[in-house]
Amino acid sequence: MSTEFDVVVIGAGPGGYVAAIRASQLGLKTAIIEREALGGICLNWGCIPTKALLKSGEIFEQLSHLGGYGLSVEKASFDFAKIIDRSRGVAKTMSNGIAFLMKKHKIEVVEGEAKLEKGSPSPKVVVALKAGGSRTIQAKSVILASGARARDIPAIGAVSDGDKIWTYRDALAPKAMPKSLVVIGSGAIGIEFASFYRALGAEVTVVEAVDRIMPVEDAEVSKAAQKAFEKRGITFRIGAKVTKVEKTKDGVSVAVEVGGKAETLTAAVCIVAVGIAPNTEGLDAIGLNMDRGHVVTGKHGETNVPGLYAIGDAAGPPWLAHKASHEGIHAAEHIAGYKTPAVNSPIPGCTYANPQVASVGLTEAAAKAAGIDVKAGRFPFKVNGKAVAAGETEGFVKTVFDGKTGALIGAHMIGHEVTEMIQGFVTAITLEATEEDLHGIVYAHPTMSEAMHEAALDAYGRVLHI
Amino acid sequence: MSIDILMPALSPTMEEGTLAKWHVKVGDTVKAGDVIAEIETDKATMEVEAVDEGVIEAILVEAGTENVKVNALIAKLAGEGESPAPPPSKDAPAKAAPAAEAPKAAAAPAPTAAPAPAAAAAPTGDRVLASPLARRLASAAGLDLKAIPGSGPHGRVVKADVEAAGKGGVATSKAAPAAGASAPAAAAEPRKVLSLEQMGIPAGSYDLVPLDGMRKTIARRLTDSFRDVPHFPLTIDLEIDALLAARAKINHLLEGQGVKVSVNDIIIKAVAVALKRVPEANASYTPEGIAMHKHADIAVAVAIDGGLITPIVRAAETKGLAQISAEVKDLAARAKTKKLKPEEFQGGTFSVSNLGMFGIKAFASIINEPQGAIMSVGAGEQRPVVKNGELAVATVMTITLTCDHRVVDGAIGAKFLAAFKPLIEEPLTLLV
Repeated sequence: MSTEFDVVVIGAGPGGYVAAIRASQLGLKTAIIEREALGGICLNWGCIPTKALLKSGEIFEQLSHLGGYGLSVEKASFDFAKIIDRSRGVAKTMSNGIAFLMKKHKIEVVEGEAKLEKGSPSPKVVVALKAGGSRTIQAKSVILASGARARDIPAIGAVSDGDKIWTYRDALAPKAMPKSLVVIGSGAIGIEFASFYRALGAEVTVVEAVDRIMPVEDAEVSKAAQKAFEKRGITFRIGAKVTKVEKTKDGVSVAVEVGGKAETLTAAVCIVAVGIAPNTEGLDAIGLNMDRGHVVTGKHGETNVPGLYAIGDAAGPPWLAHKASHEGIHAAEHIAGYKTPAVNSPIPGCTYANPQVASVGLTEAAAKAAGIDVKAGRFPFKVNGKAVAAGETEGFVKTVFDGKTGALIGAHMIGHEVTEMIQGFVTAITLEATEEDLHGIVYAHPTMSEAMHEAALDAYGRVLHI
Repeated sequence: MSIDILMPALSPTMEEGTLAKWHVKVGDTVKAGDVIAEIETDKATMEVEAVDEGVIEAILVEAGTENVKVNALIAKLAGEGESPAPPPSKDAPAKAAPAAEAPKAAAAPAPTAAPAPAAAAAPTGDRVLASPLARRLASAAGLDLKAIPGSGPHGRVVKADVEAAGKGGVATSKAAPAAGASAPAAAAEPRKVLSLEQMGIPAGSYDLVPLDGMRKTIARRLTDSFRDVPHFPLTIDLEIDALLAARAKINHLLEGQGVKVSVNDIIIKAVAVALKRVPEANASYTPEGIAMHKHADIAVAVAIDGGLITPIVRAAETKGLAQISAEVKDLAARAKTKKLKPEEFQGGTFSVSNLGMFGIKAFASIINEPQGAIMSVGAGEQRPVVKNGELAVATVMTITLTCDHRVVDGAIGAKFLAAFKPLIEEPLTLLV
C-alpha cells in the first residue's frame, strides 16, 4: 500500500495537534485523527474550561471581600447556567482555533476513531469514520496521542454515572449547581473543583488517602494550602480511605475510614478525581510494550513497534498538557531526523484554585531523600509590597538549592497568580542557573516576583526584607 | 548561475579568521587574480584573489567580521555574461536558515540523514557557551570547558556534559605541566585581574588601545609559556672579532652578487650546525615523549608594527650563508607588511632573538613553545678581556640560552653552547 502521509497523529489534544503542527512545519505531510473534538480534553473538558469556571468563582469570592478595598456592591449573585455557558463558549472558541491551525498548516483532519493494525513501515491506521464507513491510512510514521480519561474505582462503587457520581467532565457542565459535594482526591483536578464550587457556596469535603493534601507538592505548600482552603470553608479528611460510594435518594454517601475510625460523608454529588486511565486499549494486538496501561517509550517517544511513537498521557505521567506538547514536538522532530539538542526542561505543575499553587523540580523532602545537601529558602507574600497593595498576601515562595553546586533544583509557590510566576524558575532550572545568577538577576519593583528573589536570597541567609 | 566565494584557509590548520576588508563592492566586475578581500588570522593578513571572472552579486559577510569559519559562504559572483541576480534583501540569510532546516516533503527524511541543526555547532572564539552550573562544576573539577563537547542548544556545555567529561577524563584546564610535577586542580583557576581603576589608575587618565589578534596571541602564548614551562638561562660571552672580519671579507668578495651577510645570519647558521652536533637541544617536550627534530628550523624573531613574529628558516643546517641571508631578508620584509603565510611562521624548532642593534647587552627570552630553547643575542662591543694573563681588548657579545628544563637540562644546554661557541669565535669551522 502506498504511503499517503509522512505522519499520522492519533488524537488532537495538546500533544497531538502540536505534534502535527511541528511535523507540518518540518515539511512532513501530516494527518490527524480525532474522534471527538479538536483540542482534546485540555481545550474541551480540562485545562481551559475549568479556568473559565475558576475565574467566575474567583470574582464572585472577591465580591464578598470588597470592603477591604473600600468598595461595595448591593447584593452579589450569580447565574450558574451562565457561568457554565461561558465556560463552554470558551472551550468552543479554543477548539475552533485548532481547526483554523490545522487548515493553516495543511494538516488533514480525519474525524473518527482510530485503531492500529500491523503494518509497514509503521502500523496501519484504520479509522471508523464519524461520517460512516472506514478509512485505512498507511503512513511512514504514527504518533499515538490518544490521551486518557478519568479513572473509576468500581471495587468501592466509585463509578461515574453523570448524575450523582461525577468525573471532571460532569463537573464541568452540570445541569444545576449542587448544594454539597464530596471530592475524592486532592490532586489538581479535585482541588480546582473543590475551590470553584466552594466559591459559589457549596458545602465541600475533600477526601485524601495520603496524610496531606496535594501530595505531589512540597509539604510546606500542602500545609499552607489546606489552611487557606479551610479558611474558605472547605473541609478535609486526610489519611482517609474511601471504602464505599453509594447513591442515595438525595445524593451520595461516601464511607471513609480515618485512622481506623469509620465515618460516612453525605452530599448531593461526589466527584471522583483519583487519577486517570490512559486510552490505550487494544494496543497489545500490534505487540506494543506496555506498562500498567501506559505505552513504554524511549527518549524521543519511540516505541518498540517500528514507526510508532507515543506521547502525552498515553505514554505515562505526569499527565499534563504541556508535557504532552513538549513530547509531541520532540517526536515530530525525531521523525524528521533532527538530533534535538538536550534542552533538559523540568515540567512545572500548576493548580488554579484560590489561592493558586505552582511548582517545578524537586521538593525539599525529595531532594533530601536523594541525598542532596539541601539549602532551602522561603519568602512570604505578606511582606511583599505589591502583594500588600493588591490585598493578596496569602502564601509564599520557596526555593530548593543543591548546597554543593548552588544549582536551583526546585521551586514551590502558593498564592495569587503564582502559576504565572513559576515560569521564571522553570527557565532558571532549564538554563542551569545557580544561586549567584538568581541573586544577581534584577526583579522589577513592585512585583510579587520579588518574592522569588527573596526566597533565593533566603536560602543563603541573605534575605533582605525580613 | 552564480559562483559561491568561500572563506579560504590560509593554512591547513586554519579553522576561522577575520574578514578584514573588502576590495570590491556589489556590482564590481572582477577577473581572475583580482584581489577582492583581505583575510586576517592572529598573525597574518592574506589577500583573497578572485578565481573566476564575473560581477560581484552579493557580499554576505561584512568587513571586520571575526571568527568567520573556513569554507563559509562570504560572497557570490555572477558568472561571465550573466546579469547579477537582484541583491538579496538584508534579511535574506536569516530567512534562508529556517528553509534549510526543513527537509523537503517529497524526500522522506530517514531518521539519520537529516541535518542536525545547531547541536553540532562548536563554540567559537574565546567565548565558550556553557550554562552557569556547567561553568561552576567544570571550574571545581579543574576541567577545561573548551575541551568539553556541548550537547545543549548551539553546542552549549551543560551539566550533563561536564559530568560525562569528569568521568571520561577530559583535558584539565592547562596544558600538561612539568613532567613529574604535581598539577593541582586549583592551579587551573584563572588569575583574577583587577581593573586599572581598582589599582588606582583613574579612568580617563589613559587611552585604551584595543587588543588586536596579534597582541592577544602574544599575551596568551607567552603567559602560558612563562608560567608553564620550567625555564632557566645559560649565559656565555663570545669573542667575535674573527667573525666580524670573516663577515667583512665575505661581503666584500660577494658584493657583486648582491650578498650582504649579517652577524645574525652567521649566528643562525652556527646555531643550526651546533644543533646538528647536539641534537638533544633541538627537541620538544610532549606528554607522549620528547620529539627529537630532524632539522634545525630556526625561528627568527622580527619586530613588526604592533608586535613581533618569528618567521622560520627551514633546515638551516643545509643552507649556505647567502641563502640564509636572502631568506631572512625576504621573510622579515614580508613579516613587516603582514604578508607571511602561516606555515612560514609556525612550527620552528629553535628561536633566535637579537636585540644587539638596540645596544642591549644581555637578556633572556621566553621560550617559544613547543621549542626546547631560545637564544637571546646581545650587542657586540669592545670589552677588556684577559688573554694569557694579560689585559686585552676584544669585541665581545653576550648570548643567553633560555632552556625548557623538561628537555634541555643544564648540561645539555652547556654542551650545546660549547659546540656553538667555537663556530662563532672561529667561523672557519663553520665550513667543516
